[in-house]
Amino acid sequence: MPRGRAARGPEASRSPPLPRRAPARLYPLRSEAIDVTTADLIGKIFQILLGLAIFAAVIGLILFLIDRAPKRGREWYQLVLFLAPACILLAVGLLYPAVRTAFTSFTNRAGEFVGIDNYVWMFTQPEALLTLGNTILWVVLVPTISTGIGLAYAVFIDRSRGERIYKSLVFMPVAISFVGAGIIWKFIYEYRPASRPQIGLLNQIVVWFGGEPVLWLQEPFINTLLLIVVMIWVQVGFAVVVLSASIKGIPSEQLEAAELDGATNWQRFRNVTLPGIRGGLVVVVTTITIATLKVFDIVRVMTGGNFNTSVIANEMYTQAFRAAEAGRGAALALVLFLLVVPIVVYNIRVLRKQREIR
Amino acid sequence: MSQATGSTDKAIVKELDAAARRGYNLDGTKAMRVKRRLTSRPATVFALLIAVLWTLPTFGLLISSFRPAELINTTGWWTVFQNWGWTLDNYSEVLLSASSSAPQLGSYFVNSLAITIPVVVFCTVLAAMAAYALAWIKFPFVDWVFIGIFALQIVPLQMALIPLLQIFTSTLKPAQEWVHGLVPIIPDETYVQVWIAHVIFGLPLAIFLLHNFISEIPRELMEAARVDGATHGQIFMRIVVPLSVPILASFAIFEFLWVWNDLLVALVFSGGTADVAPLTQRLAELAGQRGQTWQRLTAAAFISLIVPLIVFFSLQRYFVRGLLAGSTKG
Repeated sequence: MPRGRAARGPEASRSPPLPRRAPARLYPLRSEAIDVTTADLIGKIFQILLGLAIFAAVIGLILFLIDRAPKRGREWYQLVLFLAPACILLAVGLLYPAVRTAFTSFTNRAGEFVGIDNYVWMFTQPEALLTLGNTILWVVLVPTISTGIGLAYAVFIDRSRGERIYKSLVFMPVAISFVGAGIIWKFIYEYRPASRPQIGLLNQIVVWFGGEPVLWLQEPFINTLLLIVVMIWVQVGFAVVVLSASIKGIPSEQLEAAELDGATNWQRFRNVTLPGIRGGLVVVVTTITIATLKVFDIVRVMTGGNFNTSVIANEMYTQAFRAAEAGRGAALALVLFLLVVPIVVYNIRVLRKQREIR
Repeated sequence: MSQATGSTDKAIVKELDAAARRGYNLDGTKAMRVKRRLTSRPATVFALLIAVLWTLPTFGLLISSFRPAELINTTGWWTVFQNWGWTLDNYSEVLLSASSSAPQLGSYFVNSLAITIPVVVFCTVLAAMAAYALAWIKFPFVDWVFIGIFALQIVPLQMALIPLLQIFTSTLKPAQEWVHGLVPIIPDETYVQVWIAHVIFGLPLAIFLLHNFISEIPRELMEAARVDGATHGQIFMRIVVPLSVPILASFAIFEFLWVWNDLLVALVFSGGTADVAPLTQRLAELAGQRGQTWQRLTAAAFISLIVPLIVFFSLQRYFVRGLLAGSTKG
């Protein structure tokens, strides 16, 4: 697993177009750690306070200037001052970089224009195709299974005793990091040779049923499915909470009316509940889909993208910051962007329609 | 949590928020709900199974983190009754040990806090100002600016990483070295890069969320203030901010968890030293190392989970509100 030291940070193998960092330390920090801890801590607190103070000063200045707005063009002047910090940050940090990345995707590692070579690479090379294929598998399985389990669970526990506890238990993984989730599940998938007791629950179950333990995360294809399980584990809680809230939004008269008409549980679900939570379902499916498209941490922590488990977001990071292939990384990022564009367009249309109504 | 960017529209958001209030009892009223049994026996079994499956992995990790190294690596945590033994050594090792191979999580924990808290403050304040201006200062093209910001929400942050890093390297880096030369106690690797990157990536969602809330403040209130001669600055500070506290809190919690749990932004912008890197980055590094390190990894993972879990269990309602209102994040 070549990623051990890799997580140490990008400077290890930053791409050539990026100016190299001067080596900050000739020897690792660790050895001096015990001596500098207190000084470090003070330095850090000082940094935080300084940062907050500078920020407060800037905001104070802006508010002061807003109050001193000249009579002519007053509204315009105030609008600019209110919007300036956020808009400048967004323009410099998101808009410009996105455009720049689009251009970078047509260059090679030396920064020369190469046309669509990076895209040709992406759609012809086996390892790149595998990445795309894996991403498709993720995007098909995670939203459908998460939403399915989440919906069933939300319906079953609705208005039951202990509903809140049920909800909390499943919701908890939503609050923890993908990194933490990755480690939790790596432990479940841990392997020990058959001659020794297993410490990973999954292999123990296999052994209980008389099977041989498996190196799950190194077994191509099944390892991708096992990573997908982790993502589902994280996302179901989100689905449950949103859908449960939607279910509670259905007027109880409708459900009672259906009951009086003699509808079975299933009919009531089909004809009353499901139409009533359409909005919630759309939110859940699209949100989980986009989260899945961008999944990075789980793959990074559990396999590092090795053993045929890479996905677009992970490959983008690997290409741009490990392999020094900024062009390929940019092309992958652009594909990621294009995959989410349809949802953007849909959202903007909905939003504009509402603003027209208002 | 849901890093998703997304798709949500105002009506759904409002409907969900109202529903969440009822479902999670956010208004603080005692909802009189008729409790009943689960729908049927298979449904009960399914719900129980899911609840157990969703809890067991975390539970196993927690148990293991308190077991001695030799037991973790040779026996399963479910045999804890046969192989009895508990210890706090794992925690003291990962947190306090100064040996060069130890994880030394203490300073990374401080880093996580030092990254997260300022980002939450910066992002919330800047977004509130922008949201107010977009909602209440009337100008011809303001709506287009708002739609533009909304659209930015869905630019994956992967698109911005490389150029943003280049910008930082050419502008911030020399500035940091200069400050380091001036005030040696501030290391030349500071949090500034990570702060700015996180704020930028958080702004579109923040502005969208806060705008939804702030634009709903009654018009009469604003007009009365204007008639009294208040400037926009005064209206913002005296009316808008106090009225928006609930949504500001919800967003702040949401953003807190998002930044605390982030790995990608940290990997790209923190440089990876104990000066700046957060817990997640150190954990990812530990998880990638070879060898029998489960005693460290389990304890380390739990240290990183403890803050989100505390936030989650104590502020669940507000978190749910933030999540429902903005199940979107890029």
